[in-house]
Amino acid sequence: MSKDNQVLEEITSKEYEHGWSSNIEMESAPKGLNEDIVRFISAKKNEPEWLLEWRLKAYRQWVNMKEPKWPNVTYPEINYQDVIYYAAPKQKVKPKSLEEVDPELLKTFEKLGISLTEQKRLTGIAVDAVLDSVSVATTFKEKLGELGIIFCSFSEAVLEHPELVKKYLGSVVPMNDNYFAALNSAVFSDGSFCYIPKGVRCPMELSTYFRINAANTGQFERTLIVADEGSYVSYLEGCTAPQRDENQLHAAVVEIYAMKDAQVKYSTVQNWYPGDKNGKGGIYNFVTKRALCAGDHSKVSWTQVETGSAITWKYPSCVLKGDYSSGEFYSVAVTNNYQQADTGTKMIHIGKHTKSRIVSKGISAGHSQNSYRGQVHILKRAEGARNFSQCDSLLMGDKCGAHTFPYIDVENNSAKVEHEATTSKIGEDQIFYCLQRGIDEESAVALIVNGYAKEVLNQLPMEFAVEAQKLLALTLEGSVG
Amino acid sequence: MLSIKNLHAKIEDNQILNGLNLEVKPGEVHAIMGPNGSGKSTLASVLAGREEFEVTDGTVEYLGKDLLELAPEERAREGVFLAFQYPVEIPGVSTINFMKTAVNQVREARGQQPLDAVSFLGLMKEKMKLVEIDQSLLNRSLNEGFSGGEKKRNEIFQMAMLEPKLAILDETDSGLDIDALRIVANGVNKLRDKNKAIIVVTHYQRLLEYIVPDFVHVLYKGKIVKSGTKELALELEAKGYDWIKDEVAVV
Repeated sequence: MSKDNQVLEEITSKEYEHGWSSNIEMESAPKGLNEDIVRFISAKKNEPEWLLEWRLKAYRQWVNMKEPKWPNVTYPEINYQDVIYYAAPKQKVKPKSLEEVDPELLKTFEKLGISLTEQKRLTGIAVDAVLDSVSVATTFKEKLGELGIIFCSFSEAVLEHPELVKKYLGSVVPMNDNYFAALNSAVFSDGSFCYIPKGVRCPMELSTYFRINAANTGQFERTLIVADEGSYVSYLEGCTAPQRDENQLHAAVVEIYAMKDAQVKYSTVQNWYPGDKNGKGGIYNFVTKRALCAGDHSKVSWTQVETGSAITWKYPSCVLKGDYSSGEFYSVAVTNNYQQADTGTKMIHIGKHTKSRIVSKGISAGHSQNSYRGQVHILKRAEGARNFSQCDSLLMGDKCGAHTFPYIDVENNSAKVEHEATTSKIGEDQIFYCLQRGIDEESAVALIVNGYAKEVLNQLPMEFAVEAQKLLALTLEGSVG
Repeated sequence: MLSIKNLHAKIEDNQILNGLNLEVKPGEVHAIMGPNGSGKSTLASVLAGREEFEVTDGTVEYLGKDLLELAPEERAREGVFLAFQYPVEIPGVSTINFMKTAVNQVREARGQQPLDAVSFLGLMKEKMKLVEIDQSLLNRSLNEGFSGGEKKRNEIFQMAMLEPKLAILDETDSGLDIDALRIVANGVNKLRDKNKAIIVVTHYQRLLEYIVPDFVHVLYKGKIVKSGTKELALELEAKGYDWIKDEVAVV
């Protein structure tokens, strides 16, 4: 016991791997939020009038909204006037290709292990890298363009594909959906936009990498994915942030619109800075992610591996409107030290014979609190709807907490809803068994945790799965008590 | 190879081993028998390095090293293997994956290159045959949903893979029917050689019909109170443990 605690101490004192800050000139807005700031952001991005109006409308609603207090997390009052809402890396000319991008910026990505050039050459993943709030470079655009696929920064989409943006922006997550979505709608500075045309199967994984760089900056990116009839896309999102003592705000919105027979697979590996081992600093991650399965037989699958952030508030959801549409949610959420996570999903069954599947694996260590919050709602007309939910919690040590808040509302009695939940502890017996075979304690924990999370990790694309496995091991090494 | 002198050990406030002495040489098979609660499994656990047991006195020398100074994983890497009485389940981790990690960590500790996939598979196939285990079992989550026999066979498979110098079989016969017992014992016998020593901890003589020991020791109240050859095991089977208890009481 005492030795385990010692190992726990040692490991948890390990430095956050991505904790460095790049030295890139920034151009930012003054602190605080008011209509002028909203106008400033919109002007910076040369936005059309309609979008400015949309932002202002969102801002005016946000001002009258209240921050939600129901999540099972505690944090000091956020002063929204003390946040910088826009920070763009300064660049003299807009880059046309990777070669023209600030080398310092490229170095940043290399440190992250997502060298764009490397990726371009080796992996065939198209990356849209968002540093703070501005999308830096999108690879593979031309190749995707041949198929009619649009994959670009959000600001670019606003200028070049306004009809699509106008039509779908806010169509899944209305601007006044919740406090943080409203905030995002008012001040979002960039993000990614993706459109897959009718019948097109996107031949590569599309990937966005987010990173918060500047101090006191909030990151408010916005992602919009529109999958037209019969199309398919697999989309990856990764995140990191440098180590800072202050808490930083991250309030993103992701909207997915899936038409008839379309399939979207959205995978996230979230590794924002979690704060130090005493709970100082770290990202407040308040994210709204929702998919609308608008067409019949459409399918959206969320997979998330959440290891970072001081606080996570996030419920990637599916609104199953089309008949026979289906939604999936696969999640591994790890909390260590003083991290708090309140995460889960909502599956709203509207269409007939809609199906949903939820697999949530929570892992808590240190002094952390980890909550699963999920809602399965079967509406009256959702004849023959089915849901299966499985929520497992794994505890490491005796100072952490795991909580489950499943809500099930069934309004149609032909529905079939199943819910399973388990709570377990990594046993000293399991660890000893590994040790006795010559496996050291850190590898033993990694092995056991990866085994526990396997069902979710299997959903990730190969290269992401490897990263996720390493992250899990890194976050939890030695956290046995 | 293994020299245990005056070993005392306790768990929480219960003194379990009270001055145990045992000498084991390479190539030998020692059976440790004794009534329930005599300390048999404690001895196995102490040798493997389970932390809940505190050694309060005595020494254990293994291949010229102080065994008690080594961490459990170091002991394993030095060739000490424990076949568990109750093998542990690890969901989502296949035996193959588990063994691959173990074999390569042991190799690394010995300054050897890790085995590549092909060599590992080759080694595995060879050992599978030895202990008559099916690959489908090895693809499944470690010990999860295994029958008693499958668990024990899996332990012996792991023993074959890790090629220990000193193997301790803790009640390997418990929960096995006669066929499973024979398969497990055959596996163990194939692994016997002049450089390896085996300590068989058992309650019953039954297993010793298949794994024939060179020495039989009776453990009672944390001490070896009687040693002999395999005939002693038969005598115990016939007469039970009471006469040993009486003998000890007289002394």
